[in-house]
Amino acid sequence: MGRLVLAEGGTFTPPGAKDFDLPAIFAGVTKPMIMVVLSIVIIAAFFLLATRKLAIVPSKYQFITESVYDFGRNNIARAQIGSKEFRPYLPLVLALFTFTLVNNIFGIIPIFQFPTFAHIGFPIALSVFVVFPVYHIVGIRKFGLGKYLKKSVMPPGIPKPVYLLLTPIEIFLRFFMDPITLAIRVFAAMFAGHLILLVFTLGGEYLLTEAGWALKPVSLVAFVMAIAMTFLEALIQVLQAYIFALLSAGYIGTALAEDH
Amino acid sequence: MVLSSSIINLAEDAPNPVLPHPAEIILGLVAFGLLLFVLAKFVVPRFEALYAERTAAIEGGIEKAEAAQREAEAALQQYQAQLAEARAESARIRDDARAEAEQIKEELRAQAQEESARIVAQGNAQLEAQRAQIVAELRAELGRQAVELASRIVGESLEDEARRRGTVDRFLSELDSVSAPAKS
Repeated sequence: MGRLVLAEGGTFTPPGAKDFDLPAIFAGVTKPMIMVVLSIVIIAAFFLLATRKLAIVPSKYQFITESVYDFGRNNIARAQIGSKEFRPYLPLVLALFTFTLVNNIFGIIPIFQFPTFAHIGFPIALSVFVVFPVYHIVGIRKFGLGKYLKKSVMPPGIPKPVYLLLTPIEIFLRFFMDPITLAIRVFAAMFAGHLILLVFTLGGEYLLTEAGWALKPVSLVAFVMAIAMTFLEALIQVLQAYIFALLSAGYIGTALAEDH
Repeated sequence: MVLSSSIINLAEDAPNPVLPHPAEIILGLVAFGLLLFVLAKFVVPRFEALYAERTAAIEGGIEKAEAAQREAEAALQQYQAQLAEARAESARIRDDARAEAEQIKEELRAQAQEESARIVAQGNAQLEAQRAQIVAELRAELGRQAVELASRIVGESLEDEARRRGTVDRFLSELDSVSAPAKS
């Protein structure tokens, strides 16, 4: 089909990585940067407005914020870290969840229409520079450096020769792969999702404006697909935010657990 | 061919999306730090306080309800005790009243019987007296009549005969003595 379109004249440039390199709006500040700042304003306002006057019997708005808070608290933090120790990590888990959620959802909201986490710098900041040190530090604080390392890389109850194989793998996983995959998972999902939306939208637009009259109706298919993909993206964006917070809480829970 | 070469050219121009921009990492950290601060400082403590308060309120409510129930039960027991007491009291009063009424009835009956006996006795005495009087009168009359009749038959007066008089009285007494056993 691409050839046909080309035969009609004009060149269709498929969207690629270059479309994620947004130009600076002013003084090196790009759209994702503004959106990140905006996201924390939105989240902080969302919670601060609700918590200004909390009632035992919640209002409608308080009920909504409470649902979000409860989800982060009970379904992620408490489920992963355990009901005894989850309280100190509640702000962190809640912040990870809401921050990722809002920045992901930006991808399908008109005007914003760009998932911030499609720039790998942001998920790297969270996973490598926040979650990764946090779960090792809390583990070391609880067990002491030696015992924590032993617990992490030499899980008990395994025949001794196996450690020769297992310990390097554990070290590689826990100190390199865990934080990297945590960041790449959400980055890749957002990057690919946005790319798919770009392909269908720009492709449809090109078909509508540049293609011959016989092919113009095909653009309808592209737009329908773009809308369908938007719904799918909404699901994936929420899911990825949930997974990101869930895994972060899971790493903390594992670091704090008595047995590996 | 043109297309593929242009893609390659574009790919060469575009930055590698897997390499992070340091500016974005720093901004992400700062923004996330601020958000974390707001959540940890204000939002989470407020929600946790609310949850604690709500738990307390629910537990307090349950406690209050339990207290009310205990109170109600105590009141119910008290009422039941009072009711039983009142019932016993009323039964006692009724028994007393019944006994008293019985006694009064008994007394009245005795009194009436006494009265009736008295009246009967009085009547009997009166009758006896009247009878005696009438008998005496009749006896005198009978005697006189008999003498008079006899004197008419005889043709002369017998009245003056004192002896005759005694004869009449004796006869009547004999009659009495004969009739009296027959009567009884």
